[in-house]
Amino acid sequence: MSQPFRLNKEGLINRNKKISFTFNGKKLFGFEGDTIASALIANGIHLVGRSFKYHRPRGFFGAGVEEPNAKLQVEFNGHSEPNVNATEMELVEGLSATSQNCWPSVNFDVGAINNFLKMFFPAGFYYKTFMWPKSFWYKIYEPFIRKAAGLGVASIEKDKERYEHKFEYCDLLVTGSGPSGLASAYAAAKNGAKVILAEDKPRFGGTLLTDDVSIDNLSGKDWAEKIITELKSMPNVTVKNRSQVFGYYDHNMLVMFERVSDHLEKKSKFTPRQRLWYIRAKETILSTGSIERPIVFGNNDTPGIFLSAAAKEYMKVYGVLVGKKPLIFTNNDSAYETALEFKKNNVEPIILDTREEHSSELIDEAKSKGIDIRFSHGVIVANGYKKVKSAKIGKLNKDKNSFEKIETVDCDCICVSGFWTPSVHLASQSGNKLKYEEKIDAFIPDKKKQHETSVGAANGSFTLEESLKHGFENGSNLSAKITETKTEISIPNVNEKKYGAHDKFWCMPLPKNENPKRFVDFQNDVSVSDIEIALREGYRSIEHVKRYTTLGMATDQGRTSNLNGLQLVSNIENKIVPEVGHTTFRPPFTPITIGTIVGREVGMEYMPTRKTPMHEWHEKNNAVFVDAGAWKRPRYYKLGSETLFEASKREAKNVRENVGICDVTTLGKIDIKGPDAAEFLNRVYTNAWMKLPVGKARYGLMLREDGIVMDDGTTTRISENHYHMTTTTAQAANVLSHLEYYLQIVWPELNVNVVSTTEQWAGAAIAGPKSRDMLSKLYPDLDVSNEALPFMGYKEAEFFGVPSRIFRISFSGELAYEINVKSDHGMFMWEKMMEVGKDFGNQPYGTEALSTLRIEMGHVAGPELDGRTIPSDVSLNGLVSKKKDFIGKNSLGREAFNVESRQKIVGLIPIDRKSSIPEGSHIVQDQNAKLPNPKLGHVSSSCWSVENNNPFSLAIMKDGKNMIGKKFFAVSPLKNKSIEVEVISSHYVDPEGKRVRS
Amino acid sequence: MLYIKCPYCGLRAQKEFSYGGDATVKRPNINEEVSSEDWDNFVYMRKSPRGKHIELWQHIAGCRQWIKVQRDTATHEIFQTAKVTEEIR
Repeated sequence: MSQPFRLNKEGLINRNKKISFTFNGKKLFGFEGDTIASALIANGIHLVGRSFKYHRPRGFFGAGVEEPNAKLQVEFNGHSEPNVNATEMELVEGLSATSQNCWPSVNFDVGAINNFLKMFFPAGFYYKTFMWPKSFWYKIYEPFIRKAAGLGVASIEKDKERYEHKFEYCDLLVTGSGPSGLASAYAAAKNGAKVILAEDKPRFGGTLLTDDVSIDNLSGKDWAEKIITELKSMPNVTVKNRSQVFGYYDHNMLVMFERVSDHLEKKSKFTPRQRLWYIRAKETILSTGSIERPIVFGNNDTPGIFLSAAAKEYMKVYGVLVGKKPLIFTNNDSAYETALEFKKNNVEPIILDTREEHSSELIDEAKSKGIDIRFSHGVIVANGYKKVKSAKIGKLNKDKNSFEKIETVDCDCICVSGFWTPSVHLASQSGNKLKYEEKIDAFIPDKKKQHETSVGAANGSFTLEESLKHGFENGSNLSAKITETKTEISIPNVNEKKYGAHDKFWCMPLPKNENPKRFVDFQNDVSVSDIEIALREGYRSIEHVKRYTTLGMATDQGRTSNLNGLQLVSNIENKIVPEVGHTTFRPPFTPITIGTIVGREVGMEYMPTRKTPMHEWHEKNNAVFVDAGAWKRPRYYKLGSETLFEASKREAKNVRENVGICDVTTLGKIDIKGPDAAEFLNRVYTNAWMKLPVGKARYGLMLREDGIVMDDGTTTRISENHYHMTTTTAQAANVLSHLEYYLQIVWPELNVNVVSTTEQWAGAAIAGPKSRDMLSKLYPDLDVSNEALPFMGYKEAEFFGVPSRIFRISFSGELAYEINVKSDHGMFMWEKMMEVGKDFGNQPYGTEALSTLRIEMGHVAGPELDGRTIPSDVSLNGLVSKKKDFIGKNSLGREAFNVESRQKIVGLIPIDRKSSIPEGSHIVQDQNAKLPNPKLGHVSSSCWSVENNNPFSLAIMKDGKNMIGKKFFAVSPLKNKSIEVEVISSHYVDPEGKRVRS
Repeated sequence: MLYIKCPYCGLRAQKEFSYGGDATVKRPNINEEVSSEDWDNFVYMRKSPRGKHIELWQHIAGCRQWIKVQRDTATHEIFQTAKVTEEIR
């Protein structure tokens, strides 16, 4: 119940609201405003996980995004999420957290045997060990490694949460609300700029919340609150907390991840869990601050070892002590602030400073408060397995490579500070080549690549005065260029402590004959010796060292390890850090959920659904739908317990015997108008179009410039300068772009306009020998005889009072008509047709029957026009004009297109007249031939011929026309089938085309 | 994601556009004799420069106009956009 490490007063948490949660099944309490980490530490819990490779006990190291260890499996609001950063996740009532990468428990983990076998797990272990025997990889090694690897467990449940995407535009985006970010946002806002200020943490202010400073006689925290309150009141400013800008992309587009409601106990139904912001900013201020880096020493991964600034943050923000007997191990002044904070809370720290005895404002203050300071000292190795118990410390010699004195001191935590690393990730992502700043041993942004400006600690300035000045100046100047307004702001007076110089010291030497692990990268268990091995084995490029050792990889992206790794490589290689260079920074800066990336585009919202005006009728009449692009088309209409095969056979047969109607609304329709329309069509299509009379339709074929068939369809001359073009459903959008390309770019002199009318017209095909009789009932006042409305004829007439277009065209090969009415009347038309058609045995038919009808007629469609066929391949060379020029004509003369043995369309029937031939089967001479078996062609479309009552397929086959009458095998290794087939003509039914003209 | 200035609509996100290849390729005139070499060059041969490249984009989710865009293929910097009837130098 009690929280033994909670301070009585300190902190910004809400002590009036207690929150209960569980950790590894144990019920615990924290307060509103805690993170999982701060609440666990308050309860004295430090062992939270096991490391990736050696399963070593791990605790907390940081207090925010820099945390490499404390990744937990967290269940809350009904979902379970792996790899949650305990230092970032806010505590909510009922949350349940469990440790990862351990079995059976974090206290007793069988995998920890790896730790004692560590001499067998050096860098590159996996590359070296599992090479042979080769056959072991799939069955033994890989399954074993897969089981052993990975941290948390991803849920396999459907994610019920709501995620959103938002697009935003602004003049200035400020990433981070520390002193320089607040100053920039404030100055820009005062200039009238549209500003977005993004803060990753729940609280605004950054280091102002933890540093002992004052601005205009206000404490840092109070000043931050004052500025934020004013910014929030301004209409031109958007202020967002819990929002991480994680990626900097082209043309100043930044992407931000907002945790909208993870911290809320209750939320309204439509509140999203998380939101992804795409922000296009005219200018960006990168005020991302800096991250403390550790000093490397023995067993430096033991629970209870913290970054010194994190220890301070736990005290000042959360009112939590990370320990009651702290050792402070530092090479610079900033850790003295942590020591003073401990002292303020009546805890006696010992400071180990690697520098020789000297004086500075902070050192003097620590001395005056009676803090035990030991100069030229450092921690050699931490003792304790699951928690620090003591530390072996040493007095360094002058060269800092050996010890003058070694002793052991008791402690329950070690707070380490190896100076500060600017967070340059976003700057680097923007394309900024970084430069090495000797003064701070770290990289800072160099020349701008996009509209980004780094300020404050992110730019390597570590004093408050400088950060504020930079912030105000840049915020003001950048925004003034956009708004052309400049409001003078006086830079406030600052009171801060002056820091002395830091020590360029980052790794403790080891005494002779001692060899504890010294970790550089905690998250990936990369130690000093691993990097040494990589270099010894010849890896020179830092990118190669990274990949071989996994240094700096995984979710923390080496935030605390990169620079120490570079220092180590440059020391061993006798180079300086800038020569070694740095690895590439890639988005996302912090892990984001897949749900947020996907946003609302899941399930039904994955893509738009296009429904025809008759969709509801199809639904009511047991249509089984198929996706055709975004369209839903009836595949067949199920009667009773019919299968797809039975239903499509019945529907197709009824078309051949009586009459059927089919919803053809989805066909692409393009309206073409203008005095040059005929000339344009004549160039677009391979056949002649100049002489098509008004009131007539023509079948047309269009090619790409390389001679390959692009699409086919009918076009009808509605009036002198007005045409109605149809395309296949799949190619509708491409054909429109194609036409626009030629009209806008190639032949702008042609006076023609094109526009898509696909959605404006509802279409129904009436097909079958009784279709004329049915049509005459639909249009009692119209002469629909073969003479008045011949094949490829066109008429406009009223359909029960509604204007309509009648095209006598056929895809099924039967006597057929297509009727178009305005979309609004589509359902009316369809229902009327069903009613009138009863007397003629009318049945609706779907795409499966439609395919059957066209295949047995030998009409080509998508599977034959597959981007590899020219007109003569699919027996459409009759449509290719020899007299005129058209798109792609010159390519048809290519040698390869004209060889005698070129592929041609043929028909196939199985010898047994029973076995259906799978689409995609290969045609071979000898089914038992040794692989690779020479392929003579492939099966493009298959159906059950309702006319002949046996299977029939279309195939594209080498020298096809000369193969007619011969026997081959159609083999489908996928379906494990081999069927003996005979090659016949592709026109299996009505080869003369009498029916369509009847 | 690129930010492309359509000469008709203004600055719009890349997802509204569709890429259309090299804008400097000129189609041989219709109804005119063309050598097979010239034709093959037109159909198949494209340069893949590192650096400035004048290319076609179509504003498919906007005004449906084809436009010219001068872009650096390495850095994605866009120097200029123009109507297809205009020249980019």
